[in-house]
Amino acid sequence: MKQLKLWRLLALLLAAALVLASCGNDDDDDSSDSGTPVAQATAASEEPEVPAATAVSAAPVVTDEPSAPEELQEISLQLQWVPQSQFAGYFAARDLGYYNDVGLDVEIIDGSVDIVPATVLASGGADFAISWVPRGLVPREEGLNITNIAQVYQRSGTLQVSFVDAGINDVTDLEGRLVGNWGFGNELELFAGLNSVGLDPQSDVTLVQQDFNMTALINGDIDAAQAMIYNEYAQVLETINPETGELFQPEDFAVIDWNEVGTAMLQDAIWADAGRLADDAMYRDIAVRFVEASLRGWIFCRDNFQACVDIVVGASPPFGGPSHQAWMLNEVNALVWPSPGGVGVMDQGLYDQTIDVATSQGILTEEPDAGAFRTDIAEEAVANLVAAGYDVYGNDFLRGVVQLQEGGN
Amino acid sequence: MPSEDPLVRDQRSTQQATSEARRDALARMVRKTVTFVVFLALLAGLYTGYKAFGQAIDDAQQDWAVVGSVLPRTDNLNMPPLSEIFGQFGETPGGQDQIYIKILFDEALFTLREAAVGFVVGLIIGMAIALVLAQWRRLEQGLLPYVIASQTIPLIAIAPIIVIWGRKNFDVFPWEWQNWMSVAIIATYLTFFPVAVNGLRGLQAARPENKELMASYAANWGQTLWRLRLPASLPYLFAAFKIAATSSIVGAIVGEISAGVEGGLGRRILREAFNYTTGPDRLFASVLGAAVLGIFVFLVVIGVERLVVGRQGKGAVV
Repeated sequence: MKQLKLWRLLALLLAAALVLASCGNDDDDDSSDSGTPVAQATAASEEPEVPAATAVSAAPVVTDEPSAPEELQEISLQLQWVPQSQFAGYFAARDLGYYNDVGLDVEIIDGSVDIVPATVLASGGADFAISWVPRGLVPREEGLNITNIAQVYQRSGTLQVSFVDAGINDVTDLEGRLVGNWGFGNELELFAGLNSVGLDPQSDVTLVQQDFNMTALINGDIDAAQAMIYNEYAQVLETINPETGELFQPEDFAVIDWNEVGTAMLQDAIWADAGRLADDAMYRDIAVRFVEASLRGWIFCRDNFQACVDIVVGASPPFGGPSHQAWMLNEVNALVWPSPGGVGVMDQGLYDQTIDVATSQGILTEEPDAGAFRTDIAEEAVANLVAAGYDVYGNDFLRGVVQLQEGGN
Repeated sequence: MPSEDPLVRDQRSTQQATSEARRDALARMVRKTVTFVVFLALLAGLYTGYKAFGQAIDDAQQDWAVVGSVLPRTDNLNMPPLSEIFGQFGETPGGQDQIYIKILFDEALFTLREAAVGFVVGLIIGMAIALVLAQWRRLEQGLLPYVIASQTIPLIAIAPIIVIWGRKNFDVFPWEWQNWMSVAIIATYLTFFPVAVNGLRGLQAARPENKELMASYAANWGQTLWRLRLPASLPYLFAAFKIAATSSIVGAIVGEISAGVEGGLGRRILREAFNYTTGPDRLFASVLGAAVLGIFVFLVVIGVERLVVGRQGKGAVV
């Protein structure tokens, strides 16, 4: 009796493992095979489930691959966050075949809460990574051998947003207020901004740790909230104002823009493994092609706004809906364009400003060495794009007007 | 009728006993269901009552806001009405073509796969550890502290490490490594521990007289294990499985959130937390979904326990 029961337990386990593994291939065949595995399992009885069973799931994955021509080089790109218009250029380059055109097959890897792109890149988890400049430079100072090869965003998208009746019109008005910030290095522009008008972030304002949304501002828990112009600022504008019953309007808010204050830090850039760039001519060549195709994606998104929004929305359901993504692309475009030195080429002045803020706030102990960024790869990519007839400067770029819907839908 | 055949009487009384037992079981189930529903209703009433009362006070205070909020955070942003939370299940979020409960169901399946693979692998590893430690008592003293120490490392610290490893270093396996498998490893990390610890205790739980009996039969190690020690450990093991099953879900959800997997309840919760300002009810709804999934796997373990061990008590002692 006992024996029989134990066998039953083993059989159940094996059956479960097999059924699970067959779910693993993401196809819809998991309902059909729930009967057979039990028999198999009890018969085979040992050395069970995992290796044999998961091999089943591997098969379809492998057969998916050969659809791409063989000579395509497979590389991967680690994003700093989940798919959204912030990374529109890369999705466009992938979906429109720009990467394929230069012989690359790029896998775009989502970021998440605990993913640090610089670490993933340095540990070989990805061939390239998108990271804000300070978030790349800090781990670099700690010893990661990575380098910024293309500075895609020429401006910072970080704002400090408050309700207009709070009367916070410039940085000095923050004195004595409850000031929200996300921490994790997002607070540096704010701190440097406060310093620039003689305020001490630790004593002259009350700092409040803020979630990555705008609930605290709307709740009245904080007077001024940190917001990305392309994300959280849009969120408040997608929220119903309880007083009017309509969406909040830009006139309801006062905005401090760190680009104007002069403490902005550079954000999204393409980073590469510096060691491989030095040793491996093939990798450098791939880097040039990757940057070129990526920038071509960004040019497409500048010139084909709606088509690009559709690509992002279709890439994998982003966190915000279609109108949110449209808003984001519009704002992100304004962070990229115009690019006076050519898209992706580092602006030395803005770089120096970023370093100034980082060192004065103590996240970098000293100025990074010259290897922290290089412009040769972006310049080569830009030259190729110019030769192919693309406008790499976007000097006549104008921000559009995007109508947000409730909830960003 | 004193002349009734004792055999027939016996049979009848057995039948009676079974039908009574069946009736008892039914009654027990009804009672349990009623208790459960009443408890849920109570919770809902508490939530709604707190909200209504708090808002009533806030409304009354509009003109003389001296006391401040007596019951804080009762507006719709902080406490969406239950009707909205549950109504959300039937609604179709913008940009999607399915109702929300179907979306949640699909995400739950994704998470369940990670959790279940993690559970099974964790069970195998946990049992292996238990067997080894039970066999060599010295090892138990030496290794058990490390097994325990493994659980003091916060999950969010190891999650990104496992994901990065997975992408680069697990290509020794004959199948292509996918992100969800890394999440399954994270679930494994939470699962193996209760199985190892309880399994160890269970394997040592066989009564001495039974061990002596096995010894007198000259049963070898395998026979003793199979016929005595494993059956004796089943109650301990199932206690562990219940913990392990729910923590495998927790592990999968935390893993999804920190590791950036492209689906699952964890990703869904992260997304709804991010969009909280414009849709607080969806975050509540998705968290409810996670709770339901946890309860579901717990019930599955209980079901399997019934099947294998029988009702509690029976089979606990050999």
